[in-house]
Amino acid sequence: MTATTPEKTWAELSPEEKRDARFRTYLAPEGIEFASPEAEERYRAGVTRFRDVIELRTPDRVPVLINATFMPAKISGVLPHTIMYEPEVLASTFKQFLVDYEPDYYFTPAIIGDGKVFEILDIQQVAWPGHGVAKDSGYQYVEGEYMRADEYHALIDDPTDFWMRTYLPRVCGALAGLANIAPFTDLWEIVLVSGHMVTFGTPDVQKALQALMDAGTRALTWIQHVGAFEAEARGLGFVSAAGGISKAPFDILADTVRGTRGTMVDLHRRPEQVLEAVERLTPLAIKQGVTGATAQANPVVFMPLHKGADGFMSDEQFRTFYWPSLKAVVVGLVNEGCVPCLFCEGGYNSRLEYLTELPKGSCYCIFDRTDMARAKEVLGDTVAIGGGIHPGLVLTGTAEQMRERCKELIDTAGRGGGYVMAFGTAMDEGNPETVHAMIDFTKEYGVYR
Amino acid sequence: MEQDLVGTLADLKEDEALAIVRARLEAGDDPMAIFEDARRAMEVIGQRFAAAEYFIPELVYAGEIMKEISALVKPSLGAGGEAERLGQVVLGTVAGDIHDIGKDIVGFMLDVNGFQVLDLGVDVQPERFVDTVKESGSTIVGLSAFLTISFQSLKDTVEAIEEAGLREQVKIMIGGGPVDEQVRRYTGADAWGKDAMEAVDLAKSFVEGVSS
Repeated sequence: MTATTPEKTWAELSPEEKRDARFRTYLAPEGIEFASPEAEERYRAGVTRFRDVIELRTPDRVPVLINATFMPAKISGVLPHTIMYEPEVLASTFKQFLVDYEPDYYFTPAIIGDGKVFEILDIQQVAWPGHGVAKDSGYQYVEGEYMRADEYHALIDDPTDFWMRTYLPRVCGALAGLANIAPFTDLWEIVLVSGHMVTFGTPDVQKALQALMDAGTRALTWIQHVGAFEAEARGLGFVSAAGGISKAPFDILADTVRGTRGTMVDLHRRPEQVLEAVERLTPLAIKQGVTGATAQANPVVFMPLHKGADGFMSDEQFRTFYWPSLKAVVVGLVNEGCVPCLFCEGGYNSRLEYLTELPKGSCYCIFDRTDMARAKEVLGDTVAIGGGIHPGLVLTGTAEQMRERCKELIDTAGRGGGYVMAFGTAMDEGNPETVHAMIDFTKEYGVYR
Repeated sequence: MEQDLVGTLADLKEDEALAIVRARLEAGDDPMAIFEDARRAMEVIGQRFAAAEYFIPELVYAGEIMKEISALVKPSLGAGGEAERLGQVVLGTVAGDIHDIGKDIVGFMLDVNGFQVLDLGVDVQPERFVDTVKESGSTIVGLSAFLTISFQSLKDTVEAIEEAGLREQVKIMIGGGPVDEQVRRYTGADAWGKDAMEAVDLAKSFVEGVSS
């Protein structure tokens, strides 16, 4: 532990001191009543194990993360639609999953989102269970150019204004009226106030404001159930895997704003603007991650990464458009004491060398189709790694096959520590046999002696 | 001039390529010849993708330029004959899954490598694959899946083709993010590929298998 003097303000602390402070809060969560001394011991051991992994010390054993989305529902026969519309079932389903499977770390049910909130906002960008896709499906994105090619300047000039008056009105049908309001930064002298208020009197804008209020009312009900679950889960000794969320700035632009196709074409037609946009989004991505980590008293910032994977873009494009801003976000988060979790879906075999530039012992990368032995070799001295469990194995394999894969991962990626057993992708589904095998075998075989 | 279009388009010089197309149309050049050059350029682009010189941004961009060229050329185009094709592939994203980007890239690569592609779109029910195979007599089916819930749809589609008595007629290949050999075994497909180039290699191997 790093000694910190009480006189120091937060801004004066070093990144290591900030991380230490965040880990101390993570280790001793406020207002949590542990169900038993064993539960408290389990919780503290879970956090300590994780910290050892991240800081590249050998932990007591390989920890297990169940990075699941709809899996807790589907594995116990509950429809994804049900947990999206009944927050009490969402909470009870996730709790039952933890009790039945006993992983070290879990994904918060908050990431499931509430179907009624989506309906009130009339979200156009996602098809969710019972709304565009079957009730037993997960949610699926509807790709589109929610930002047009000629709107880069608007995004770059003022991202918040662009989000509020251009992007959200397109993504949320109920917020279409927000397109009519004037920028709030126009309000700088008393003579402007009354004129600025006029659009707020119009039906379209009032409909949008009403939708926001209604969504807020519903979200309050939802968060009460999610919050109660979180307190109970910790009380039972389970550790939430992340506090904040952020993304690579390029993915923020390319996944859901400009769209995959639009961004790919822009790399050729307007590369300077793409670069300027991702640079503009970088401080916002850092702020978002830090805010979440602080609010949840959990240093981990989950970062799902997409377009930087093997084969998507060339090495030169990755080096130019993707990596510098991603690295800046990771470094920015680490400087605030956060622990970024780079969730590298797809393959990252051709990008491993870049990851050695990350701050040592301060973040971790979960891999999907990456060669885990090579990842260990390249990154072992720099950052912790995790993952390597493929969805096909989880859903169509046997317990024996799962144990074999876990053994292989523990023997290679887990050598000497620095490894978290986890799925390579966030799982919508599960198979009791293989998921139990993954967790139980890791706890038994993954002990460091 | 002809050489110009192939090279310029293959190098993805959009403005120059479109200028060449316009100039050739104005000069009264045969629209089919322009199309043939554009097709040859797409073939080069496909080769560069296979050689990892080009990546997905280049394929998507090439597709965009190709659309613009088609829009320019088509009005002056009579009923022309289709070029000779290696084979016909019925392609689609399986039921319950609405992802199209991977499928579209596979479709593009199959097309520029000489296959006729019958693209059924996304969220395609097994019966539609069956009906299309019956109607078209296609010998290859390509099934795309991005979600784990689609493993079942892959399997259902393979089974529907089998139940319709068409299993001997077609080779079925599958692909998409979570697909691997384990998933292939589960679904009963003939082969799986990890990217668009593997889809082309598989389709070629199927055609060669049939003709030998």
